[in-house]
Amino acid sequence: MSLNIRRPGLLTTIQDVGRYGYQQTGMVVAGAMDMIALRLANLLVYNPEHTAALEITLQGPEILFERSSLIAIAGANLSARINGRPVGMCRAVYVTAGSLLSFGKPMSGCRAYLTVAGGLDVPQTLGSASTYLRGGIGGWQGRALQTDDIIPCGEISKKAALLIDQLKNKHGKGWAQASWMPDPRLYAKSDTAIRAMRGPEHTLFSADSQQGFWESEFQIMATSDRMGYRLEGKKLACQSSLSLLSTAVTFGTVQVPTDGNPIVLVADRQTTGGYPIIAQVATVDLPTLAQMPPGKKVTFTEISLEAAQKLYIQQEISIRQLKRSLAFK
Amino acid sequence: MHRIYTVMHRISYELYPLGDAALVVRFGQQIAPEVHIQVRALAASLDANPFAGLVEYVPAYTTVTVYYDPWMVSSGGTHHHAYDKVADILQKLCEKLDAAHTMVPDVVEIPVCYGGAYGPDLEYVASYQQIAAQEVIALHTSAVYTVYMLGFAPGFPYLGGMPKRIATPRRDTPRQYVPAGSVGIAGAQTGIYPMETPGGWQLIGQTYVSLFDPIRNPPALLKAGDQVRFVAVSEDNYQTGEHIDEP
Repeated sequence: MSLNIRRPGLLTTIQDVGRYGYQQTGMVVAGAMDMIALRLANLLVYNPEHTAALEITLQGPEILFERSSLIAIAGANLSARINGRPVGMCRAVYVTAGSLLSFGKPMSGCRAYLTVAGGLDVPQTLGSASTYLRGGIGGWQGRALQTDDIIPCGEISKKAALLIDQLKNKHGKGWAQASWMPDPRLYAKSDTAIRAMRGPEHTLFSADSQQGFWESEFQIMATSDRMGYRLEGKKLACQSSLSLLSTAVTFGTVQVPTDGNPIVLVADRQTTGGYPIIAQVATVDLPTLAQMPPGKKVTFTEISLEAAQKLYIQQEISIRQLKRSLAFK
Repeated sequence: MHRIYTVMHRISYELYPLGDAALVVRFGQQIAPEVHIQVRALAASLDANPFAGLVEYVPAYTTVTVYYDPWMVSSGGTHHHAYDKVADILQKLCEKLDAAHTMVPDVVEIPVCYGGAYGPDLEYVASYQQIAAQEVIALHTSAVYTVYMLGFAPGFPYLGGMPKRIATPRRDTPRQYVPAGSVGIAGAQTGIYPMETPGGWQLIGQTYVSLFDPIRNPPALLKAGDQVRFVAVSEDNYQTGEHIDEP
């Protein structure tokens, strides 16, 4: 099985859960922007949840399936269609050989994940298939997909083959989808309030800037990308000018450069930074942020570290419950 | 949550969170050899004593940032307060740090072809400091540099120890294109560009040695704690890739 890329879309890259273990060499983690959507889409086709998938940004690609397969799409609703007919989000879909997947208008969110049973059969670089675009490392030849790329897929699991057999009997127009889907509370968050903890340099900001960060709205600028979400709103300033030593940062670090406009570091962030860190986004809200397109307005609400970790653990429990219930389908 | 301790050699350290999945250990606020030794000692201690749920750690000038998985640390949610658990582990490691057990640093020689097309700003650095270009090279190759940390780009070393006599401000207008391997000066810092990028450093030379290669093991030429010496090579040797000092 392989995916034949007829049109690449705006920015379609291969991503998994990221390249960990090499940050001390300055190597960027990369990986999916919306980790939950990636994991769900994998579980739905009976792949290990960290398996590489296509991350599709706003304007989707056109993909021809060269063989019949089982796929799933989760994350942003980019009006996916197979052979012209709308296809459900977040469910297993059987497609016959020769089916064409296309996308239309973005309805909600900005990043969709397409998984294929058996995964994408691409080489691992430093333990991951994620594409680090600026470094030209990983994924498909280190770059975004282009027209006529043929992406090979792996072996379908027994469990996925069984589901294919069930769906085969009811397919019309070349495809059929499972009626079952996971609890939408796991993935369908449309809040614009992002929960965050105070960052190490929070107290170095002026009282007015501290208050302004938590109480005002910021707009996501058009220059935002997989490296950082650039925000514009109230200008934030430290009480006095300071020069900090570079130190490590992470996914969701909100740093404030000298121009006063905060930047939320995301998947392709540099490993270290020297700007003061006013806040750190809660891990459970990173997918919500990653689904916000440029132009959208965002606010930050404070959450304690304990509460953020509790939510994280609850989310992991829900994913494990989903995994168990899928095993019985 | 923010804990401050004083232990060996009157070096104090602090532990504080960076969100819900990372913790920072900070040994000081200034770049200093004794702080660097603590950072290296903790890195070595984490290598020797990895805990369940440790994802990875990143050493920097005065800090070690420890990334962890709260799910793993809390044994699937059966223990609460993952942060406190990690802070306790780190506190125990910090109290037992023994700088004497830190490994002797590796010394890495980096061949550099100075000046000409490889170092278009060598003459500028010389005239800025009012010394001869040859003296810039002599000073740059005389020092032993410490790799404090890697960051900014894959394989990029933050080096300490450049002689002040060759410190030169960045270019007013950054170059659109700086070739990989370019050796430059920016203020009191010197560094090597691991990949082709735009940049404003004064370029004094170039090396053919690759700082980062994802298919090499380890991928980065350097690691935090290494020592670096630059060795001048002639253009002929540079083009044949021969290192004149090679044994």
